[in-house]
Amino acid sequence: MEKETMHLIEIKELRKAFGPIVAVDGISFTVDKGDVLGFLGPNGAGKSTTMKMLSGFLPPDGGTALVNGHDIITDVINVRRSLGYLAENAPAYDEMSVIGMLKFVCDARGIKGSARKQAIDKVAISCAITGVMHQPIGTLSKGYRRRLGLAQAMVHDPDVLILDEPTDGLDPNQKHEVRNLIKSMASEKCIVISTHILEEVEAICSRIIIIDQGRILVDETADSLISKHGGSLDQTFRELTGPSVVAKGGAS
Amino acid sequence: MNGFLSVFKREVKAYFSTPLAYVFLVVFLVLCGLLTFMDDFFKMRQASMQVFFSNIPMLFIFLVPAIAMRLWSEERRSNSVEMLFSLPITTTQAVLGKFFAAWGVLILALALTFPMVMTVTYLGDPDWGPIVTGYVGSLLLAGAYLAIGSFFSVLTRSQVIAFVLGVVFCGIFLYLGSPRVMSMMSNLMPMGFVEAMESLSFQTRFESIQRGVIELRDLLFFILIIAGWLWANIILLEERRAA
Repeated sequence: MEKETMHLIEIKELRKAFGPIVAVDGISFTVDKGDVLGFLGPNGAGKSTTMKMLSGFLPPDGGTALVNGHDIITDVINVRRSLGYLAENAPAYDEMSVIGMLKFVCDARGIKGSARKQAIDKVAISCAITGVMHQPIGTLSKGYRRRLGLAQAMVHDPDVLILDEPTDGLDPNQKHEVRNLIKSMASEKCIVISTHILEEVEAICSRIIIIDQGRILVDETADSLISKHGGSLDQTFRELTGPSVVAKGGAS
Repeated sequence: MNGFLSVFKREVKAYFSTPLAYVFLVVFLVLCGLLTFMDDFFKMRQASMQVFFSNIPMLFIFLVPAIAMRLWSEERRSNSVEMLFSLPITTTQAVLGKFFAAWGVLILALALTFPMVMTVTYLGDPDWGPIVTGYVGSLLLAGAYLAIGSFFSVLTRSQVIAFVLGVVFCGIFLYLGSPRVMSMMSNLMPMGFVEAMESLSFQTRFESIQRGVIELRDLLFFILIIAGWLWANIILLEERRAA
Protein backbone atom coordinates (compact mmCIF):
# COMPACT_ATOMS: atom_id res chain seq x y z
CA MET A 1 0.00 0.00 0.00
CA GLU A 2 2.71 2.38 1.05
CA LYS A 3 4.70 1.41 -2.01
CA GLU A 4 2.03 2.78 -4.31
CA THR A 5 1.90 6.23 -2.77
CA MET A 6 5.69 6.53 -2.62
CA HIS A 7 7.43 8.68 -5.21
CA LEU A 8 10.46 7.08 -6.78
CA ILE A 9 12.29 10.39 -6.56
CA GLU A 10 11.40 12.98 -3.99
CA ILE A 11 13.57 16.08 -3.73
CA LYS A 12 13.09 18.38 -0.77
CA GLU A 13 14.66 21.84 -0.59
CA LEU A 14 17.91 20.60 -2.09
CA ARG A 15 20.71 23.15 -1.91
CA LYS A 16 24.35 23.18 -2.94
CA ALA A 17 26.87 26.01 -3.06
CA PHE A 18 30.45 26.01 -4.33
CA GLY A 19 32.06 28.82 -2.38
CA PRO A 20 30.07 31.99 -3.08
CA ILE A 21 28.28 30.45 -6.08
CA VAL A 22 24.93 28.88 -5.29
CA ALA A 23 24.55 26.10 -7.85
CA VAL A 24 21.27 24.67 -6.61
CA ASP A 25 19.08 26.92 -4.50
CA GLY A 26 16.48 24.98 -2.54
CA ILE A 27 14.64 23.07 -5.25
CA SER A 28 11.87 20.55 -4.59
CA PHE A 29 10.01 18.18 -6.91
CA THR A 30 8.92 14.57 -7.20
CA VAL A 31 9.10 12.06 -10.03
CA ASP A 32 6.99 8.92 -10.29
CA LYS A 33 7.15 5.63 -12.08
CA GLY A 34 6.30 6.06 -15.75
CA ASP A 35 7.60 9.64 -15.82
CA VAL A 36 10.31 10.76 -18.20
CA LEU A 37 11.42 14.07 -16.80
CA GLY A 38 13.28 16.47 -19.07
CA PHE A 39 15.60 18.59 -17.03
CA LEU A 40 16.35 21.78 -18.95
CA GLY A 41 18.29 24.92 -18.33
CA PRO A 42 21.13 27.01 -19.68
CA ASN A 43 24.73 25.98 -18.98
CA GLY A 44 25.57 26.43 -15.33
CA ALA A 45 21.92 26.37 -14.26
CA GLY A 46 22.51 23.56 -11.76
CA LYS A 47 21.31 20.56 -13.77
CA SER A 48 24.42 18.43 -13.40
CA THR A 49 24.87 19.43 -9.77
CA THR A 50 21.32 18.30 -8.98
CA MET A 51 21.91 15.01 -10.77
CA LYS A 52 25.19 14.47 -8.95
CA MET A 53 23.44 14.94 -5.64
CA LEU A 54 20.59 12.61 -6.67
CA SER A 55 23.06 9.90 -7.64
CA GLY A 56 24.64 10.09 -4.20
CA PHE A 57 27.97 11.37 -5.48
CA LEU A 58 27.78 14.91 -4.17
CA PRO A 59 26.50 15.52 -0.64
CA PRO A 60 24.05 18.45 -0.51
CA ASP A 61 24.58 21.50 1.73
CA GLY A 62 20.93 21.59 2.68
CA GLY A 63 17.72 19.67 2.17
CA THR A 64 17.68 16.07 1.03
CA ALA A 65 16.21 13.70 -1.51
CA LEU A 66 14.71 10.24 -1.40
CA VAL A 67 15.36 7.76 -4.19
CA ASN A 68 13.12 4.72 -4.06
CA GLY A 69 12.48 5.66 -0.42
CA HIS A 70 16.17 5.81 0.53
CA ASP A 71 17.69 9.03 1.77
CA ILE A 72 20.68 10.29 -0.25
CA ILE A 73 22.44 11.43 2.91
CA THR A 74 21.82 8.66 5.42
CA ASP A 75 21.34 5.64 3.15
CA VAL A 76 23.45 6.40 0.12
CA ILE A 77 24.43 2.79 -0.62
CA ASN A 78 20.80 1.76 -1.09
CA VAL A 79 20.25 4.83 -3.24
CA ARG A 80 23.10 3.71 -5.49
CA ARG A 81 21.66 0.19 -5.58
CA SER A 82 18.32 1.38 -6.88
CA LEU A 83 19.49 3.76 -9.56
CA GLY A 84 21.55 3.84 -12.69
CA TYR A 85 23.55 6.97 -13.38
CA LEU A 86 25.15 8.25 -16.55
CA ALA A 87 27.43 11.11 -15.56
CA GLU A 88 28.29 14.06 -17.77
CA ASN A 89 30.68 13.05 -20.60
CA ALA A 90 30.23 9.35 -19.70
CA PRO A 91 33.38 8.86 -17.59
CA ALA A 92 34.93 5.37 -17.72
CA TYR A 93 38.24 3.57 -17.25
CA ASP A 94 40.10 4.09 -20.52
CA GLU A 95 42.46 1.12 -20.13
CA MET A 96 39.64 -1.39 -19.65
CA SER A 97 37.78 -3.22 -22.38
CA VAL A 98 34.05 -2.61 -22.77
CA ILE A 99 33.19 -6.07 -21.49
CA GLY A 100 35.70 -5.74 -18.65
CA MET A 101 34.03 -2.55 -17.53
CA LEU A 102 30.54 -4.08 -17.64
CA LYS A 103 31.79 -7.11 -15.69
CA PHE A 104 33.27 -4.78 -13.08
CA VAL A 105 29.97 -2.92 -12.71
CA CYS A 106 28.12 -6.24 -12.35
CA ASP A 107 30.62 -7.46 -9.72
CA ALA A 108 30.22 -4.28 -7.73
CA ARG A 109 26.44 -4.64 -7.93
CA GLY A 110 26.55 -8.28 -6.86
CA ILE A 111 25.37 -9.74 -10.20
CA LYS A 112 27.24 -13.02 -10.61
CA GLY A 113 27.68 -16.07 -12.82
CA SER A 114 25.07 -16.74 -15.50
CA ALA A 115 22.96 -13.80 -14.35
CA ARG A 116 25.91 -11.57 -15.11
CA LYS A 117 26.34 -12.97 -18.60
CA GLN A 118 22.62 -12.59 -19.32
CA ALA A 119 22.53 -9.04 -18.02
CA ILE A 120 25.55 -7.99 -20.08
CA ASP A 121 24.28 -9.67 -23.26
CA LYS A 122 20.90 -8.02 -22.91
CA VAL A 123 22.24 -4.54 -22.27
CA ALA A 124 24.87 -4.86 -25.02
CA ILE A 125 22.14 -5.53 -27.56
CA SER A 126 19.80 -2.79 -26.40
CA CYS A 127 22.63 -0.22 -26.35
CA ALA A 128 24.10 -1.53 -29.63
CA ILE A 129 27.63 -2.06 -28.37
CA THR A 130 28.01 -5.75 -29.25
CA GLY A 131 30.58 -4.90 -31.95
CA VAL A 132 33.04 -3.22 -29.60
CA MET A 133 32.88 -5.49 -26.55
CA HIS A 134 36.60 -6.29 -26.59
CA GLN A 135 37.88 -2.88 -27.57
CA PRO A 136 39.69 -0.71 -25.00
CA ILE A 137 37.39 2.11 -23.87
CA GLY A 138 40.05 4.72 -24.60
CA THR A 139 39.81 3.94 -28.32
CA LEU A 140 36.01 4.22 -28.56
CA SER A 141 34.31 7.00 -30.48
CA LYS A 142 32.24 9.50 -28.53
CA GLY A 143 29.02 7.79 -29.54
CA TYR A 144 30.12 4.32 -28.41
CA ARG A 145 31.47 5.75 -25.18
CA ARG A 146 28.14 7.37 -24.43
CA ARG A 147 26.29 4.14 -25.19
CA LEU A 148 28.64 2.20 -22.92
CA GLY A 149 27.82 4.76 -20.22
CA LEU A 150 24.16 4.04 -20.82
CA ALA A 151 24.80 0.29 -20.71
CA GLN A 152 26.63 0.44 -17.37
CA ALA A 153 23.77 2.53 -15.94
CA MET A 154 21.14 0.00 -17.09
CA VAL A 155 22.90 -3.32 -16.57
CA HIS A 156 21.20 -4.02 -13.21
CA ASP A 157 17.76 -2.99 -14.52
CA PRO A 158 17.22 -0.20 -11.96
CA ASP A 159 13.89 1.47 -11.20
CA VAL A 160 15.41 4.91 -11.48
CA LEU A 161 17.63 6.18 -14.29
CA ILE A 162 19.45 9.48 -14.11
CA LEU A 163 20.99 10.40 -17.43
CA ASP A 164 23.08 13.52 -17.85
CA GLU A 165 23.01 14.42 -21.55
CA PRO A 166 22.61 10.83 -22.82
CA THR A 167 22.52 11.77 -26.52
CA ASP A 168 25.35 14.30 -26.53
CA GLY A 169 27.88 13.42 -29.24
CA LEU A 170 25.68 10.85 -30.98
CA ASP A 171 24.86 11.05 -34.67
CA PRO A 172 21.21 11.50 -35.70
CA ASN A 173 20.65 7.76 -36.14
CA GLN A 174 22.13 6.94 -32.77
CA LYS A 175 20.12 9.73 -31.15
CA HIS A 176 17.00 8.23 -32.61
CA GLU A 177 17.91 4.78 -31.27
CA VAL A 178 18.69 6.04 -27.77
CA ARG A 179 15.40 7.94 -27.71
CA ASN A 180 13.52 4.83 -28.74
CA LEU A 181 15.34 2.88 -26.05
CA ILE A 182 14.33 5.41 -23.40
CA LYS A 183 10.75 5.48 -24.67
CA SER A 184 10.55 1.69 -24.53
CA MET A 185 11.61 1.67 -20.89
CA ALA A 186 9.53 4.64 -19.87
CA SER A 187 6.45 2.86 -18.58
CA GLU A 188 8.32 0.71 -16.03
CA LYS A 189 10.88 3.20 -14.82
CA CYS A 190 11.36 6.67 -13.55
CA ILE A 191 13.78 8.49 -15.82
CA VAL A 192 15.40 11.90 -15.44
CA ILE A 193 17.20 13.31 -18.48
CA SER A 194 19.13 16.50 -18.86
CA THR A 195 19.63 17.80 -22.34
CA HIS A 196 20.08 20.88 -24.47
CA ILE A 197 18.20 19.42 -27.40
CA LEU A 198 14.66 20.69 -27.16
CA GLU A 199 13.22 18.51 -29.91
CA GLU A 200 14.37 15.56 -27.84
CA VAL A 201 12.33 16.78 -24.91
CA GLU A 202 9.27 17.07 -27.09
CA ALA A 203 9.89 13.58 -28.46
CA ILE A 204 10.34 11.62 -25.23
CA CYS A 205 9.60 13.61 -22.08
CA SER A 206 6.28 13.48 -20.32
CA ARG A 207 7.22 16.34 -18.04
CA ILE A 208 9.56 19.33 -18.17
CA ILE A 209 11.43 21.18 -15.49
CA ILE A 210 13.35 24.28 -16.50
CA ILE A 211 15.85 25.57 -14.00
CA ASP A 212 18.02 28.64 -14.08
CA GLN A 213 20.49 29.92 -11.51
CA GLY A 214 19.63 27.02 -9.24
CA ARG A 215 15.89 27.69 -9.12
CA ILE A 216 12.95 26.00 -10.79
CA LEU A 217 11.23 28.27 -13.31
CA VAL A 218 8.81 25.80 -14.85
CA ASP A 219 7.46 22.40 -13.82
CA GLU A 220 4.72 21.09 -16.08
CA THR A 221 3.87 18.63 -18.80
CA ALA A 222 5.38 19.23 -22.21
CA ASP A 223 1.98 19.76 -23.85
CA SER A 224 0.69 22.29 -21.38
CA LEU A 225 3.95 24.24 -21.49
CA ILE A 226 3.78 24.55 -25.26
CA SER A 227 0.11 25.41 -25.37
CA LYS A 228 0.48 27.99 -22.59
CA HIS A 229 3.27 29.85 -24.31
CA GLY A 230 1.87 29.45 -27.75
CA GLY A 231 4.95 28.98 -29.86
CA SER A 232 7.61 26.31 -29.91
CA LEU A 233 9.45 24.91 -26.94
CA ASP A 234 12.58 26.57 -28.24
CA GLN A 235 10.97 29.99 -28.03
CA THR A 236 9.56 29.25 -24.60
CA PHE A 237 13.00 28.26 -23.34
CA ARG A 238 14.57 31.47 -24.60
CA GLU A 239 11.76 33.58 -23.18
CA LEU A 240 12.20 32.06 -19.75
CA THR A 241 15.98 31.85 -19.47
CA GLY A 242 17.24 34.36 -22.03
CA PRO A 243 19.56 37.29 -21.20
CA SER A 244 16.68 39.74 -20.80
CA VAL A 245 15.20 37.67 -17.98
CA VAL A 246 18.54 37.42 -16.22
CA ALA A 247 18.99 41.20 -16.53
CA LYS A 248 15.54 41.78 -15.08
CA GLY A 249 16.23 39.38 -12.23
CA GLY A 250 19.47 41.18 -11.48
CA ALA A 251 17.79 44.59 -11.40
CA SER A 252 14.93 43.70 -9.09
CA MET B 1 32.34 -7.26 0.42
CA ASN B 2 31.28 -7.08 -3.25
CA GLY B 3 32.49 -3.51 -3.25
CA PHE B 4 35.94 -4.27 -1.85
CA LEU B 5 36.53 -7.33 -4.03
CA SER B 6 35.36 -5.73 -7.25
CA VAL B 7 37.58 -2.67 -6.73
CA PHE B 8 40.51 -4.88 -5.75
CA LYS B 9 40.15 -7.06 -8.83
CA ARG B 10 39.74 -4.09 -11.15
CA GLU B 11 42.83 -2.38 -9.78
CA VAL B 12 45.03 -5.47 -10.06
CA LYS B 13 43.88 -5.90 -13.67
CA ALA B 14 44.55 -2.21 -14.32
CA TYR B 15 48.16 -2.56 -13.14
CA PHE B 16 48.79 -5.51 -15.42
CA SER B 17 46.80 -4.38 -18.45
CA THR B 18 49.02 -1.28 -18.70
CA PRO B 19 52.84 -1.31 -18.79
CA LEU B 20 52.92 0.13 -15.27
CA ALA B 21 53.31 -3.08 -13.28
CA TYR B 22 55.86 -4.57 -15.70
CA VAL B 23 58.00 -1.44 -15.81
CA PHE B 24 57.84 -1.24 -12.04
CA LEU B 25 58.82 -4.87 -11.52
CA VAL B 26 61.73 -4.71 -13.95
CA VAL B 27 63.10 -1.45 -12.56
CA PHE B 28 62.74 -2.67 -8.99
CA LEU B 29 64.45 -6.01 -9.61
CA VAL B 30 67.30 -4.49 -11.63
CA LEU B 31 67.97 -1.82 -9.02
CA CYS B 32 67.76 -4.36 -6.20
CA GLY B 33 70.37 -6.58 -7.81
CA LEU B 34 72.57 -3.71 -8.89
CA LEU B 35 72.63 -2.00 -5.50
CA THR B 36 73.22 -5.24 -3.64
CA PHE B 37 76.10 -6.52 -5.75
CA MET B 38 77.70 -3.11 -6.22
CA ASP B 39 77.63 -2.65 -2.45
CA ASP B 40 79.66 -4.78 -0.12
CA PHE B 41 77.74 -8.00 -0.69
CA PHE B 42 80.81 -10.05 -1.64
CA LYS B 43 83.28 -8.12 0.48
CA MET B 44 81.33 -9.02 3.59
CA ARG B 45 82.07 -12.69 2.95
CA GLN B 46 78.84 -13.61 4.73
CA ALA B 47 75.84 -15.56 3.51
CA SER B 48 73.40 -12.86 4.58
CA MET B 49 70.91 -10.58 2.87
CA GLN B 50 71.63 -7.63 5.11
CA VAL B 51 73.06 -5.55 2.26
CA PHE B 52 70.00 -6.31 0.16
CA PHE B 53 67.55 -5.24 2.87
CA SER B 54 69.52 -2.13 3.79
CA ASN B 55 68.82 -0.72 0.30
CA ILE B 56 65.08 -1.36 0.46
CA PRO B 57 63.97 1.76 2.43
CA MET B 58 65.77 4.10 0.03
CA LEU B 59 64.60 2.23 -3.09
CA PHE B 60 60.98 2.20 -1.93
CA ILE B 61 60.99 5.95 -1.30
CA PHE B 62 60.90 6.48 -5.06
CA LEU B 63 59.22 3.33 -6.28
CA VAL B 64 56.25 3.08 -3.91
CA PRO B 65 54.95 6.63 -4.54
CA ALA B 66 55.29 5.81 -8.25
CA ILE B 67 52.84 2.94 -7.76
CA ALA B 68 50.59 4.97 -5.46
CA MET B 69 50.39 8.23 -7.41
CA ARG B 70 47.77 7.09 -9.90
CA LEU B 71 45.44 5.53 -7.30
CA TRP B 72 43.12 8.53 -6.87
CA SER B 73 44.52 11.43 -8.88
CA GLU B 74 43.94 9.59 -12.16
CA GLU B 75 40.45 8.63 -11.05
CA ARG B 76 39.59 12.23 -10.26
CA ARG B 77 41.26 13.67 -13.34
CA SER B 78 39.28 11.46 -15.72
CA ASN B 79 36.19 11.83 -13.50
CA SER B 80 35.73 8.05 -13.43
CA VAL B 81 35.39 8.57 -9.68
CA GLU B 82 31.87 9.78 -10.41
CA MET B 83 31.07 6.50 -12.13
CA LEU B 84 32.77 4.52 -9.36
CA PHE B 85 30.68 6.13 -6.64
CA SER B 86 27.42 5.64 -8.50
CA LEU B 87 27.98 1.94 -7.72
CA PRO B 88 27.01 0.60 -4.29
CA ILE B 89 30.58 0.89 -2.97
CA THR B 90 31.48 2.71 0.23
CA THR B 91 34.46 5.05 0.37
CA THR B 92 36.18 2.70 2.82
CA GLN B 93 35.75 -0.29 0.51
CA ALA B 94 37.14 1.66 -2.43
CA VAL B 95 40.16 2.99 -0.52
CA LEU B 96 40.98 -0.45 0.90
CA GLY B 97 40.41 -2.20 -2.42
CA LYS B 98 42.88 0.08 -4.16
CA PHE B 99 45.37 -0.04 -1.29
CA PHE B 100 45.49 -3.84 -1.14
CA ALA B 101 45.73 -4.15 -4.93
CA ALA B 102 48.77 -1.85 -4.97
CA TRP B 103 50.22 -3.66 -1.96
CA GLY B 104 49.75 -6.90 -3.87
CA VAL B 105 51.94 -5.58 -6.69
CA LEU B 106 54.61 -4.67 -4.13
CA ILE B 107 54.35 -8.10 -2.50
CA LEU B 108 54.83 -9.67 -5.91
CA ALA B 109 57.87 -7.48 -6.49
CA LEU B 110 59.41 -8.63 -3.21
CA ALA B 111 58.54 -12.26 -3.95
CA LEU B 112 60.37 -11.99 -7.26
CA THR B 113 63.61 -11.23 -5.43
CA PHE B 114 63.76 -14.94 -4.52
CA PRO B 115 66.96 -15.44 -6.58
CA MET B 116 68.69 -13.40 -3.86
CA VAL B 117 67.65 -16.01 -1.31
CA MET B 118 68.85 -18.78 -3.63
CA THR B 119 72.18 -16.99 -4.07
CA VAL B 120 72.90 -16.75 -0.37
CA THR B 121 71.86 -20.34 0.27
CA TYR B 122 74.13 -21.44 -2.57
CA LEU B 123 77.06 -19.41 -1.24
CA GLY B 124 76.74 -20.51 2.34
CA ASP B 125 74.48 -21.39 5.21
CA PRO B 126 72.48 -18.25 6.01
CA ASP B 127 70.68 -17.47 9.24
CA TRP B 128 67.02 -17.70 8.23
CA GLY B 129 65.64 -15.43 10.99
CA PRO B 130 66.87 -12.11 9.57
CA ILE B 131 65.87 -13.14 6.04
CA VAL B 132 62.27 -13.86 7.02
CA THR B 133 61.94 -10.79 9.23
CA GLY B 134 63.71 -8.71 6.58
CA TYR B 135 60.96 -9.59 4.13
CA VAL B 136 58.24 -8.94 6.72
CA GLY B 137 59.80 -5.58 7.52
CA SER B 138 60.04 -4.69 3.82
CA LEU B 139 56.36 -5.55 3.35
CA LEU B 140 55.29 -3.42 6.28
CA LEU B 141 57.49 -0.55 5.14
CA ALA B 142 56.01 -0.80 1.63
CA GLY B 143 52.51 -0.70 3.16
CA ALA B 144 53.34 2.40 5.20
CA TYR B 145 54.80 4.23 2.18
CA LEU B 146 51.83 3.16 0.11
CA ALA B 147 49.29 4.49 2.61
CA ILE B 148 51.13 7.83 2.55
CA GLY B 149 51.29 7.83 -1.27
CA SER B 150 47.61 6.97 -1.56
CA PHE B 151 46.72 9.86 0.74
CA PHE B 152 48.60 12.37 -1.39
CA SER B 153 47.05 11.07 -4.58
CA VAL B 154 43.63 12.08 -3.19
CA LEU B 155 44.98 15.55 -2.54
CA THR B 156 45.64 16.44 -6.18
CA ARG B 157 44.50 15.64 -9.69
CA SER B 158 48.10 15.75 -10.91
CA GLN B 159 50.01 12.49 -10.67
CA VAL B 160 53.33 14.35 -10.70
CA ILE B 161 52.43 16.44 -7.66
CA ALA B 162 51.09 13.34 -5.90
CA PHE B 163 54.39 11.58 -6.60
CA VAL B 164 56.59 14.44 -5.36
CA LEU B 165 54.56 14.92 -2.17
CA GLY B 166 54.62 11.17 -1.59
CA VAL B 167 58.40 11.00 -1.94
CA VAL B 168 58.92 13.98 0.38
CA PHE B 169 56.70 12.64 3.15
CA CYS B 170 58.02 9.08 2.89
CA GLY B 171 61.51 10.61 3.13
CA ILE B 172 60.61 12.64 6.19
CA PHE B 173 59.26 9.58 7.98
CA LEU B 174 62.30 7.54 7.01
CA TYR B 175 64.94 10.04 8.07
CA LEU B 176 63.29 11.30 11.25
CA GLY B 177 65.51 8.96 13.25
CA SER B 178 68.80 9.29 11.39
CA PRO B 179 71.75 10.41 13.59
CA ARG B 180 72.35 13.60 11.63
CA VAL B 181 68.75 14.77 11.88
CA MET B 182 68.62 13.78 15.53
CA SER B 183 71.73 15.73 16.52
CA MET B 184 70.53 18.78 14.63
CA MET B 185 67.10 18.59 16.23
CA SER B 186 68.43 18.06 19.74
CA ASN B 187 70.03 21.51 19.56
CA LEU B 188 66.71 23.09 18.65
CA MET B 189 64.00 21.11 20.38
CA PRO B 190 63.37 19.76 23.87
CA MET B 191 64.67 16.22 24.43
CA GLY B 192 61.23 14.66 24.87
CA PHE B 193 60.13 15.94 21.47
CA VAL B 194 63.26 14.63 19.79
CA GLU B 195 62.73 11.21 21.33
CA ALA B 196 59.10 11.18 20.23
CA MET B 197 60.25 11.99 16.71
CA GLU B 198 62.78 9.22 16.74
CA SER B 199 60.14 6.73 17.77
CA LEU B 200 58.15 7.69 14.63
CA SER B 201 61.05 6.95 12.32
CA PHE B 202 60.55 4.19 9.76
CA GLN B 203 64.30 3.57 9.60
CA THR B 204 64.63 2.76 13.32
CA ARG B 205 61.64 0.39 13.22
CA PHE B 206 62.72 -1.25 10.00
CA GLU B 207 66.23 -1.92 11.30
CA SER B 208 64.84 -3.32 14.53
CA ILE B 209 62.60 -5.79 12.65
CA GLN B 210 65.29 -6.65 10.14
CA ARG B 211 67.67 -7.83 12.87
CA GLY B 212 65.74 -11.08 13.16
CA VAL B 213 63.14 -10.61 15.88
CA ILE B 214 59.73 -9.14 15.26
CA GLU B 215 58.65 -7.24 18.32
CA LEU B 216 54.97 -6.58 18.87
CA ARG B 217 55.50 -2.83 19.24
CA ASP B 218 57.27 -2.57 15.88
CA LEU B 219 54.51 -4.56 14.23
CA LEU B 220 51.86 -2.40 15.88
CA PHE B 221 53.74 0.72 14.85
CA PHE B 222 53.50 -0.10 11.15
CA ILE B 223 49.90 -1.28 11.41
CA LEU B 224 48.93 1.94 13.17
CA ILE B 225 50.80 4.07 10.64
CA ILE B 226 49.05 2.30 7.75
CA ALA B 227 45.63 2.47 9.42
CA GLY B 228 46.11 6.13 10.34
CA TRP B 229 47.06 7.28 6.85
CA LEU B 230 44.30 5.21 5.25
CA TRP B 231 41.78 6.67 7.65
CA ALA B 232 42.94 10.18 6.71
CA ASN B 233 42.72 9.06 3.09
CA ILE B 234 39.05 8.05 3.53
CA ILE B 235 38.14 11.30 5.31
CA LEU B 236 39.89 13.40 2.66
CA LEU B 237 38.24 11.51 -0.17
CA GLU B 238 34.77 11.99 1.36
CA GLU B 239 35.53 15.70 1.51
CA ARG B 240 37.16 16.21 -1.83
CA ARG B 241 36.00 13.61 -4.33
CA ALA B 242 33.72 16.09 -6.07
CA ALA B 243 35.71 19.27 -5.51
